[in-house]
Amino acid sequence: MAEIRIENLRKQFSDFVAVQDSSFTVEDGEFLALLGPSGCGKTTTLRMIAGLELPTSGKIYLDGEDVTFNRASERDIAFVFQLFALYPHMNVRKNIGFPLLSQGVPKAEIKARVEETARLLQISHILDRSVSGLAGGDRQRVALGRAIVRRPKCFLMDEPLGTLDAEFREVMVHELRELHNRIHATTVYVTHDQHEAMAMADKIAVMNHGVIEQFGTPQEIYNRPASMYVADFIGSPPMNFLKFTSGLQIGARSVSVDGVEIALPEVRQDMAVGELALGVRPEHIRFSDNSALRGSVYGAEYLGTNQIVAVETGKGLLKARVSADRTFRVGETVGLELNSEKLSLFDCASGRAVKSSLYTEARHG
Amino acid sequence: MSNATTAHSVVEPSSTSKRIAGFIVILYAVITMVPLAWIFLTSIKSPPDSISYPPKIVFQPTLEGYCNLFTTRTRQTPEYIQSLGPPTSTCDEITRSRNMVIAGPSNYWPRFTNSMVIAFGSTFLAVFLGTLAAYGFSRFRVPLADDLLFFILSTRMMPPIAVAIPIYLMYRELGLSDTALGMILLYTAVNVSLAVWLLKGFIDEIPREYEEAAMIDGYTRLQAFRKVVLPQATTGIAATAIFCLIFAWNEYAFAVLLTSGTAQTAPPFIPTIIGEGGMDWPAVAAGTTIFLVPILVFTILLRKQLLRGITFGAVRK
Repeated sequence: MAEIRIENLRKQFSDFVAVQDSSFTVEDGEFLALLGPSGCGKTTTLRMIAGLELPTSGKIYLDGEDVTFNRASERDIAFVFQLFALYPHMNVRKNIGFPLLSQGVPKAEIKARVEETARLLQISHILDRSVSGLAGGDRQRVALGRAIVRRPKCFLMDEPLGTLDAEFREVMVHELRELHNRIHATTVYVTHDQHEAMAMADKIAVMNHGVIEQFGTPQEIYNRPASMYVADFIGSPPMNFLKFTSGLQIGARSVSVDGVEIALPEVRQDMAVGELALGVRPEHIRFSDNSALRGSVYGAEYLGTNQIVAVETGKGLLKARVSADRTFRVGETVGLELNSEKLSLFDCASGRAVKSSLYTEARHG
Repeated sequence: MSNATTAHSVVEPSSTSKRIAGFIVILYAVITMVPLAWIFLTSIKSPPDSISYPPKIVFQPTLEGYCNLFTTRTRQTPEYIQSLGPPTSTCDEITRSRNMVIAGPSNYWPRFTNSMVIAFGSTFLAVFLGTLAAYGFSRFRVPLADDLLFFILSTRMMPPIAVAIPIYLMYRELGLSDTALGMILLYTAVNVSLAVWLLKGFIDEIPREYEEAAMIDGYTRLQAFRKVVLPQATTGIAATAIFCLIFAWNEYAFAVLLTSGTAQTAPPFIPTIIGEGGMDWPAVAAGTTIFLVPILVFTILLRKQLLRGITFGAVRK
């Protein structure tokens, strides 16, 4: 197992920049999710780590060794493809044993290791079946088996659950995490599904237009989004933004949105007058009749344990996640109270978060 | 993928339409098979039976055509034939009954062997080169790939025979006239464009992920090509091979022009089989019948792939 270090990695296809100067480190045994919409460069990043694409510039270190220009076959990594890429002309046993064959492992040992892998993944009963008749989940397990049988330095997975149906995906998310806990392999996992990333990863890198917007633990990404893009991409429904125009001084503890004073974590950055956005997660909004921030109920979405209530405030629609026991009438006037300790503030021009005690203190603490 | 390999209509056809369709298919099969049956029957007729009118359906089969095909014979006096010992083979007996003796083997067998060497040799070369080129075009960023592919295709935009005279002159200069190597190169050149285009279609359909997976699993690109791409391209390779083989096997015009002796193939040879006193139709028919066998066997062996080759692109996904 090994650490993966990426330095200023860049990939350009003629005049399209797929990945822009990305740097990050995946520590030994860590599970990193590269998260972003399609076309954001996450798969290209993964393929460069694998050696399937050569970077335009930048360096890739595997276990401290510069492998930027090594062949894929020389990197000792395993890759699980979105469509699994199980060799159709081989049965399950041969598929799993194929990577060992290239290393010249003796037949008896291949057999033993394939069977051990199959036991680990609970697919011993299908070892001699043809891969073409397998169900999605079993194909997934065979693909994983082919990856882990060699005990490579790290695993790269390109949306491996993308083709499974929703119900089965839940099961596989659990299985993958279990597997990771057992073998502690350094893993880079590409997905566009925030739930998968949140549920499995130790660290998440949120990518957009070839740029890593934020790199951090799922908690950091969710609670302290570094940009409006991350705040909007993560969470369902996503973070609400209340846009207003104002300047900021270091030490400010509240902002005035259309005459309504809203308390927030202490600002640690001076900002000239410009358009700002107050970011608030739906679960950090409470209904309170004596709040100055008012709006009318636009609609409610009942989810069983809670409900999502959309409120028209005049500053746009705010979605609040509140308990399901209160019933709202459409058009009803309500007061909204925001949890002042959890608010984020963004500079609309750059999209970046404004520094505040929420960000700085958490980082040190 | 696996459940979509057979095309099917949503509406089950009625029994009447099935019967009509069956009738049409059988009728068509009969019509197309009549010439083949005719050739085969002629090959086992005696020369007088073969030219009788109306044609004889019921006749005494004989191997005379095959004997005449494989031998050269000389006419002798009955006294001389009487003086010989007992006949050594069936052919000997048949020949003597026509007042002739076997003088030696005919050129049919060497010509047939030439056909085999040239057709299979050029097919192998065309498919080999075609597979590598198609793989290259399919997987790598080849500079000017589209132009190159168009250029390759453009070699088939006129009938090959249009360049017969320049080729004849070039071959004479290069000493390739009437050599098996010359014919193999020529047929390869004609077939390779077909092979590249057909195989590119097949290889394009094989997902790149298979090779990428193999390369990550520790194989070089060449090993990945051999162990993963080739096994999956067998259908396409077989289909392409049949097309190339049929062309090379049947080719007549270049063979007439460029081969006359040692490298002559069967197609130009068969019409030259002329017996004593008129065309020996049973021998010609016998030569044709034997000539059909290799391609028939090859096609039957690979018929599934051939079908895929003809309908390729239409069945997958």
